[in-house]
Amino acid sequence: MQVLIPSALYSYTGQTRVEADGATLAAVLADLDRRYPGIRFRVIDERGNIRRHIRFFFDGEMVQELTQALRSGGELCIVQALSGG
Amino acid sequence: METESAGLRRVVLLVATRKGSWLYHGDAERRTWRVDGPHFLGHIISHLLLDPRDGRTLLAAAKTGHLGPTIFRSTDLGQTWKESAKPPAFAPPRGDMAGRSVDHTFWLTPGHADENGVWYAGTSPQGLFRSADGGETWAPFSCINDDPQYRRWMGSEKDGTPDGPKLHSIIVDPRDSQHLYFAMSSGGVHESYDGGRSFSTLLEGMEVVDGFNPDEVTFHDPHCVRLCPSNPDRLYQQNHCGIYRIDRPAQRWIRIGRNMPEHVGDVGFPLVVHPRDDNTAWVFPMDGTQVWPRTSPGGRPAVYATRDGGASWHRLDGGLPASQAWWTVKRQAMTADRQDSVGLYFGTTSGELWMSRDEGQRWECVARHLPEIYAVEAAELAWAER
Repeated sequence: MQVLIPSALYSYTGQTRVEADGATLAAVLADLDRRYPGIRFRVIDERGNIRRHIRFFFDGEMVQELTQALRSGGELCIVQALSGG
Repeated sequence: METESAGLRRVVLLVATRKGSWLYHGDAERRTWRVDGPHFLGHIISHLLLDPRDGRTLLAAAKTGHLGPTIFRSTDLGQTWKESAKPPAFAPPRGDMAGRSVDHTFWLTPGHADENGVWYAGTSPQGLFRSADGGETWAPFSCINDDPQYRRWMGSEKDGTPDGPKLHSIIVDPRDSQHLYFAMSSGGVHESYDGGRSFSTLLEGMEVVDGFNPDEVTFHDPHCVRLCPSNPDRLYQQNHCGIYRIDRPAQRWIRIGRNMPEHVGDVGFPLVVHPRDDNTAWVFPMDGTQVWPRTSPGGRPAVYATRDGGASWHRLDGGLPASQAWWTVKRQAMTADRQDSVGLYFGTTSGELWMSRDEGQRWECVARHLPEIYAVEAAELAWAER
């Protein structure tokens, strides 16, 4: 599937859209980490929680669990939450 | 004991800020500074250190506002950077103990001179980590991070400093790689004689906030602990509740901050020791009254120095603003070089970098308009190293 990468993670991918495979959010992130080592830990902590200021959307719907199934051919967006200062 | 004289090695200031890091390369007289940066613009850099064993490897403790924490490494003095393959992260929880996540790595300490590649890291919330491969991968100390008693002493993640409780002041005895100290805000001072397999508390004599029980480890809030390079049995400590000294093997800290002027008090964060004189130390007092403004007392910033092991203190404010300066200096943001005479440096919460070439008698501003400064370290390199 296509994965849309936020600017804060360009240093890993070098591009805004990349390919990754997997039947769940966890599997897609594991595949992304194989292709771009280190990227997963920046968005998922060691307890398996989505980091506080990161959101995932799959075909426009928010994904809140790593176990959620994702159908092939869709688009996963990794988004920096609107927070800061 | 270090006996290097001025000019043999050049000073590079490693400045870590809320929005990136900068390197300032000094000339032979430490009068002009060539700026190299920003590195990691927009990243929160809590600490930036040079490996004194090779003079080339830099480690930066980083996170950003949105992303999780990591460590960046450079083996060419910051020309190129590579992320650690396995940055500090807590092990999965055991039993019914609550799991924790590293918010940021706060403190970095190179290992013993005889242990190439060994580094230690302290995190927020409190965690102790070790790398044996130059910072590429990090392993947690389960005897601290996952020990029920230590976890109780650490308090909850809501305890501690406003941006999270921290493990800091990791010290390796230069005579013995197995003798370690570390401190926690909050959670006291601890030491190990077996390389970190076991630790014991070192709290006697340390005071706590009025109304709290000093027998409770969790109420102890050391801000910064330093070991004297010229006398590794002597340590100084800046605490939430005063300035202390201890001369090992004694177990009792002595509150030398009682000798500070009463109107200034002995609250602060940084403490710097002289590289060759164990009777000399410098602090940067701050306003710890009422709601803890964490500013310079009265808006008149000053360094205070002792030359007699804390029996007396004198004010050093030559060149510093005389009024209406409401910044202060964080615990890692003040340091000394090893030149003759010793150069002192501090970075402010308002983004100014100050230095003194004469051990604090006279101060001048090296840089202004930087982001809030979290850490300043003075690295020293041979002149050929660029």
